[in-house]
Amino acid sequence: MYEIVYKETLSESNKLMVVIAPEVARKAKPGQFVIVRIDEQGERIPLTIADYDRDAGTVTLVFQEVGKSTMHMGTLTVGEGFRDLVGPLGHPTEIDELGTVVCIGGGVAIAAIYPIARGFKAAGNQVLSIIGARNRELLVWTERMEAISDELTVVTDDGSYGRRALVTEPLRELLEARAGEIAEVHAVGPAPMMKACVQTAQPFDIPVIVSLNTVMVDGTGMCGGCRVEIGGETRFVCVDGPSFDGHLVDWDMLMARQAFYREEEQYAVAHWQKECRLLAAKGEV
Amino acid sequence: MSKFSMKERLEIPRQEMPTQNPEARRANFAEVTLGYTPELMLREAQRCLQCREPACVKGCPVGVKIPEFIAALCDEDLPRAVAEMKARNVMPAICGRVCPQETQCEALCILAKRGEPVAIGRLERYVGDYELEERVCPSSVRATPTGRRVAIVGSGPAGLTCAAALAGKGHDVTVFEALQSLGGVLGYGIPEFRLPKQVVQDEIDCLVQGLEIEVRLNTLIGRTFTVEELLEEEGYEAIFISSGAGLPNMVRIPGINLNGVMSANEFLTRVNLKKGYRFPEYDTPVKVGKKVAVIGAGNVAMDAARCALRLGTMRAQSNGGVPPEVHIVYRRSMDEVPARYEEFEHAREEGVHFNFLVNPVRIYGNERRAVSGMRVQRMELGEPDSSGRRRPLPIPGAEYDMDVDMVIMALGTRPNPLVFQDAARLERTKWGTVVADEETGKTTACPIWAGGDVVTGAATVISAMGAGQRAAASIDAYLGTGEW
Repeated sequence: MYEIVYKETLSESNKLMVVIAPEVARKAKPGQFVIVRIDEQGERIPLTIADYDRDAGTVTLVFQEVGKSTMHMGTLTVGEGFRDLVGPLGHPTEIDELGTVVCIGGGVAIAAIYPIARGFKAAGNQVLSIIGARNRELLVWTERMEAISDELTVVTDDGSYGRRALVTEPLRELLEARAGEIAEVHAVGPAPMMKACVQTAQPFDIPVIVSLNTVMVDGTGMCGGCRVEIGGETRFVCVDGPSFDGHLVDWDMLMARQAFYREEEQYAVAHWQKECRLLAAKGEV
Repeated sequence: MSKFSMKERLEIPRQEMPTQNPEARRANFAEVTLGYTPELMLREAQRCLQCREPACVKGCPVGVKIPEFIAALCDEDLPRAVAEMKARNVMPAICGRVCPQETQCEALCILAKRGEPVAIGRLERYVGDYELEERVCPSSVRATPTGRRVAIVGSGPAGLTCAAALAGKGHDVTVFEALQSLGGVLGYGIPEFRLPKQVVQDEIDCLVQGLEIEVRLNTLIGRTFTVEELLEEEGYEAIFISSGAGLPNMVRIPGINLNGVMSANEFLTRVNLKKGYRFPEYDTPVKVGKKVAVIGAGNVAMDAARCALRLGTMRAQSNGGVPPEVHIVYRRSMDEVPARYEEFEHAREEGVHFNFLVNPVRIYGNERRAVSGMRVQRMELGEPDSSGRRRPLPIPGAEYDMDVDMVIMALGTRPNPLVFQDAARLERTKWGTVVADEETGKTTACPIWAGGDVVTGAATVISAMGAGQRAAASIDAYLGTGEW
């Protein structure tokens, strides 16, 4: 078992867990992910490594409860753990001294852009960060991002915190004001957000590196469930990615493939909620 | 043994093994073949002529002592049969089920000349199943520990056989497995109805526990550790790479990335390893179409087709729908089908449709980017190609559409390159397989050996086990002498 040693409720649906996994912590780099499985019946869940502590031998996972598996994960407590945890998977994000880099995170994926932004900062770059969420409740790690960014812009869709805007608005402003200065944009978040960031940067001819989140089974290159088209070529997110040149991603295909199991996902959530109610009725929870 | 004369032995017909009838089994995942009863086993064992120079053994990649174990069965001395078997094969319940005996031991059986070889595979399975039930083999069969450490990369048939042989010699063996359970292709690839997962788990547990083999699950070599780190930092003195051929070949035709097109690996992993047919009790969903095309005609294609048929039929029965239509689409003819004849026959009995001499050229999608049909090209056979099989050639203008809503690609696999991360010393072929000596398993880099599908490309369980056994002998010699 991979034990949970710390758990924090970031908001009603966003949770943070620190898990003992020394071999993964030892090797983890920004941009990589792990796959966890809760129990024997569990599915394999890919999650970005939000942080790691090589000395303590732990990795930090931040997730939003959106499906049955993440809801189940959210019920785990300190002392409990995962039956399986494998990693670090995927290629690390290429971090060099480029000058100025924009780092964008959306929703729970703010925790996924964090190690990348911190990496760029440590490599001597000026880091301009933009983070956003639908509302204040869904923002995570605002302080952490502030600590490692030279400039931080926070936006919410409803204006409940920071500026009322989508992340693309401050991005466009930055690009317009400082196009010559910005070497690269990194964006992690929901596919529509990343696609919009790419479109925003297009006229400025600036690379946008995105981190894709697809359906995965094994995460080691075996199944091909995570296929995407990058510049017309088929690529596996798990072993070729998860980072790709956003300008080359076939976004519509990606989003269609992400939605392939939506019906089953909804069914699983309903089934899970029913089971929880039954258990609650019996007084077992 | 002398109860029967030669003449009497020759008069016994080959004993059929009971199977579930096709109507019933197409709606469940339970094992198709049911195994011999003690009576059938004895009748079949009595057919063996106990040749002085048994040819059958030459057909076995691990050299199972076939006449000896069958003689023990004739004497109804099961513990002796188990001991004879396990001297050469640590996984008889698995091999008895999935080995292509008809092209190996049984093909060379003297009785094969008369058309009906001894059913060696079925007898092997009987011995294996008996051992799983009774556990007559001593629980620990390890020699005095030598303190020498060997790492095995991958826990499929090659890796486990090599691990067992080295642990038997007293070496400290660690098996590294990327997935959540041991067995490799035995677990994720071969379906429950052909190889029950409980059999895989029990047989492997017995071997791992009995030999005190250390197991490290969820450890992906190439990522969690590299091969060089195992040598330099983790203190292993030799490495055997048996990471298999896990990467699916996907053809480059329009529509290949539509929803509803998947590799056989993905489909089978969802069904077998993740038990998708028991969703939502198990979390991983698996979809099956109403009209499914499986591209290819190897064992994996048969497995995928038969899983699709079962899954669809079970769902139709539970919700009153129509059972699915499942098609095998193969560019050559029936004579070239690479699957075992038994698998092909079982698939046909269950109602899988076969479309020979057709090749997909395009997959159509609807507005939701899901499969809505497939364009196929009729083929004809030309001159033999490098594989010795007649080359399929397109017939100009002969194309037509197939009405399908799911396409499963079963066109072979190649080794996963991840294991070679930072292991530049290891020479590889243009097909991505690692170069290794056939007899010893030695790669181009000391002290690293390799065997199984990672060397040969996708082959059989038993050939991988043979490679594991030969490499173990070479590794043991190296640890003894220090000579590469």
